[in-house]
Amino acid sequence: MAAEAPGHGTPGSFFRMEDDALLRGKGRFIDDVKLPNLLHAAFVRSAHAHAMVRGIDTAEARSLPGVRAVLTYADLRPLMTGDRIGLGLPSGYLRFHVDPFVLVKDEATYVGEPIVLIIAESRRVAEDAANLVVVDLDPLPVVVDVDKAVVNGSPKARLDCPDNVVARTSVKYGDTAAAFARADHVIVERFLLHKGGGHSIEGRGVVAHFDPASDLLTVWNSTQMPHRCKSILIDMLALAEHQVRVIAPDVGGGFGPKAVFHPEELAIAAAALLLQAPVKWIEDRFENFVAAVLERDQSWNVEVAVDADGRLLGIRGAVRHDHGSCTPYGLAIPYNSATNLVSTYVLPALDFDVLWCLTNKVPTSSTRGAGRPQGTFVIERMLDLVARRLGLDRTEVRRRNLIPAEKMPYSVPIKMRDGSPMTYDSGDYPESQRQALLAADWDGFPARREASLKAGRMRGIGLANYVELTGRGPFESVTVRVGPSGKILVATGATAQGQSTKTTLAQVVADILHVDLDRVQVSCGDTATSLLGVGAFASRQTVTAGNSACEAARIVAQKALDIAAVLLEVSAADLELVDGAARLKGVPEIKRDLGDLARAVNGSIGFPLPGGIPAGLFATSNFQVQGTPFASGTHVAEVEVDPETGLVEIERYTVVHDCGRVLNPTVVDGQVVGGVVHGIGATLFEWMQYDAFGQPLTVTYADYLLPSADVVPRIDVHHMESPSPLNPLGVKGAGEGGTIGAPAAIGCAVEHALRPLDIIIRELPITPARLHAQIRAAQRALREAAKT
Amino acid sequence: MKPAPFAYHAPGSLRAALDLLAALENPRLLAGGQSLMPMLNYRLATPDHLIDLGNIEELHGIDVTAAGLGIGSMTTQRTIQNSPLVARHCPLLIEALDHVGHQTTRNRGTIGGSLCHLDPAAELPLVSQVLEPTLTIAGRVGVRQIPFAAFPVGQLTTQLEPDEILTRVTFPPQPANTHTAFEEFARRPGDFAIVAVAVQITMGAAGLVADARIAVGGIEPVAVRLREAERLLVGQPWSADRVSAVLDLAESHPAEGDHNNPAEYRQHLVKVLAGRAFARVQAKLGTVDA
Repeated sequence: MAAEAPGHGTPGSFFRMEDDALLRGKGRFIDDVKLPNLLHAAFVRSAHAHAMVRGIDTAEARSLPGVRAVLTYADLRPLMTGDRIGLGLPSGYLRFHVDPFVLVKDEATYVGEPIVLIIAESRRVAEDAANLVVVDLDPLPVVVDVDKAVVNGSPKARLDCPDNVVARTSVKYGDTAAAFARADHVIVERFLLHKGGGHSIEGRGVVAHFDPASDLLTVWNSTQMPHRCKSILIDMLALAEHQVRVIAPDVGGGFGPKAVFHPEELAIAAAALLLQAPVKWIEDRFENFVAAVLERDQSWNVEVAVDADGRLLGIRGAVRHDHGSCTPYGLAIPYNSATNLVSTYVLPALDFDVLWCLTNKVPTSSTRGAGRPQGTFVIERMLDLVARRLGLDRTEVRRRNLIPAEKMPYSVPIKMRDGSPMTYDSGDYPESQRQALLAADWDGFPARREASLKAGRMRGIGLANYVELTGRGPFESVTVRVGPSGKILVATGATAQGQSTKTTLAQVVADILHVDLDRVQVSCGDTATSLLGVGAFASRQTVTAGNSACEAARIVAQKALDIAAVLLEVSAADLELVDGAARLKGVPEIKRDLGDLARAVNGSIGFPLPGGIPAGLFATSNFQVQGTPFASGTHVAEVEVDPETGLVEIERYTVVHDCGRVLNPTVVDGQVVGGVVHGIGATLFEWMQYDAFGQPLTVTYADYLLPSADVVPRIDVHHMESPSPLNPLGVKGAGEGGTIGAPAAIGCAVEHALRPLDIIIRELPITPARLHAQIRAAQRALREAAKT
Repeated sequence: MKPAPFAYHAPGSLRAALDLLAALENPRLLAGGQSLMPMLNYRLATPDHLIDLGNIEELHGIDVTAAGLGIGSMTTQRTIQNSPLVARHCPLLIEALDHVGHQTTRNRGTIGGSLCHLDPAAELPLVSQVLEPTLTIAGRVGVRQIPFAAFPVGQLTTQLEPDEILTRVTFPPQPANTHTAFEEFARRPGDFAIVAVAVQITMGAAGLVADARIAVGGIEPVAVRLREAERLLVGQPWSADRVSAVLDLAESHPAEGDHNNPAEYRQHLVKVLAGRAFARVQAKLGTVDA
């Protein structure tokens, strides 16, 4: 559907209400926050991956003109309620807590860990001063490789921990031993999978300002979770709720890392309190590479048992995740990887060991997909190997294993956070695969392969099915308030980093109140306008905030009719909301505008409210989601491989995507396409590399490659709509599916292209050098075989 | 990521620039800044004075004289890329420029800046190994001219003295029956090459190769000519066997690898890219026996 002018009635592809300001350069990002007498911050960061701090000499830095303060852990500690920032989410899998410090106390545990905070009159002076600080670091043994780090006698990534295994669990159901005992085929594989950082175009950034007159610490923060930030600041700085306001202004992309509270956020707030002056810190790209969380490496051992027809009987194995030097957030990534092995398939038994390993690298946390792309990659690779072993078509082996539509809702006995089993709420996976193959012209592939061969290229086509857990609870807060002006303010704890959060919520409210979109204003990411809030992660906001908006708007709509009924002396049942007014059915001249109805219940001095109706035309909903809607889909990738160089080029890309009811197809397309581009990056380009000493090797965009426009194909998106039965809007999240399916589909296509050489893709990313080494080895093996 | 403090100078004449260069402590020339500005921001370079050559009219421009195609050192890559004169007299330069960065960087990047920065993976130093331009270098005491082959000293290091400025690059006229090709392997369009190869073949009388030049970037700290391989071709008739022997020899040239692209892979790419370049040259040779 083409974009059209703002109007009411969902679903539809409306212009994004965010775009007018952003396209005119009138957005207000973190660096646009300007305050009088603003000071600027820079950090001195650890140059070693693991070292004891023997001394810090700040004298020369302090004496540089323009420097206001040079702060160490010892300077900030008196403001804090504890030594460490309490960040860890509750988890039974943690063997011990490893919360970070605001600045290094005595043991630096990764390159980039902040040790000293400089406050100066400009960022440039702060950087000059940072170069003058002398930190005496005494190097310690470094832990970089998870497979070595879990062995007894390995050096420890942190001296304050018993060992490197910070958490461990198993994802387990069914009788795996019996499944393997009766299997006709068992396939064993090993994978080394990497996933990079968030790489939002705007890095992190914080502006903190304490106003003694109002006794208020205001923190502007480029974050996905302002309410969590506020709560941590209250806890750590011994403040009360009324003393802290956190605002996430326009945020130039999040993609996961900005859901994590980083030590710099506390350090800047503490410095503003200490100096009684506003302080700004804008992360530069180097800092983003070394000190913002990312996903990084997983080491997998997998065994799959199938029967003679290629039907899955069971999976067992282990995944170890390179978790970095502390636990900044949750333990989601490898857990999601393991649970996503089930994917869209009937899997009777699973026994998977999941291990989180500390290393001397920046801590990990989720980036778009949150471990699911890796799990999906593994199950799809294994199904391809099953097809190969049994001589089956790759689409057929999937078809035989897909969960049939009539089994929905489909439960897998894996316990979720609320204690319930993992339940796929709706969807038609076989139909999704069928539509995707059709849309991608799967059957026309042989002709395209012939054409590529003539140009010396090996062409392959691949597919992947996937599920995505979305809409994680418990709730998101939305208040819908109609004012006497007739304008509608929607205030929410949901946040916006480019996902069209405002447009989506406005659409839901405008539809129910039957007003034009331009009568709706949305306030996101401000703890002062929404007292409760959770934030952006797990593709959750349309599910959580969307349904809260729906519920709150329905309450407001009913109240509007009730007020009008009193004023017009008719029954509310005879009224309807049309064009922003309550009007008598069949008599459109008899009506009251929403603004007038709001005025009536805002009160007039001394007069009782009409009909005894409670004051104010507003309602708040904290709709509590039940379960987690599972979005799903199928990706088909078609690639050309240059066998002489190992270069992979994506020629065609098709997505069939099912996120339940689609509120705004343009917005969902944007999410899916952006997600696929992230997935292309993870598959072919993005690789945060470290040497044996834990030194990051890829700290510029010349070395860490993002998928540029030149290497991204046209992405063809098709929607299926299997409404979620779990919420009134019938929606599921759409933010990550594009990323989850892409590595598996592209990997499948690359393997297919190189089928004559019998190559298995076991590593991500697939770089030309890596792939060419495999091609060369396979060619040698073929030549050797031909000789004998 | 802010540069360390420096003083900025923008002289309006070459003479003034040379005087500043001689007089100032720890100066650095700014010739487009597409490499230098990031180095300043990362504080990998910390000059006290930056002398911007952008305002010096005499360093801009393209002309053709008996000596060949002359290009002022501050002429932007974009200007060269769009120049009909360059297209006529030195098409290899334009072919290489198509791979240099992106249009926005080519709008600022200059030929002199690129040659003097001498990145091991850069395209302009590579094709200069094949095209053998003469470099005009101005110093306080006078002007000297040197062949490009003598210019590189090591990685990111040229023969330029601290008080000298490269002013002009003159590409000699190409003999008749000269054919060129440029091939590059990079991860994305516009990236620095992992390996790049430039080839120039001049056919002489009786169908014999009169001159052969093969240069490779990405295997040594400076783009390098494969002279032994060239000798296999010169004075010989063009033949597939000869080309095949050249490619094998090219592949055997030692390469320096790194964590992403090991030596063996780079050597293999030399063979693949040289093969593609030779195939294109051969196509231009037309009916010559292959």
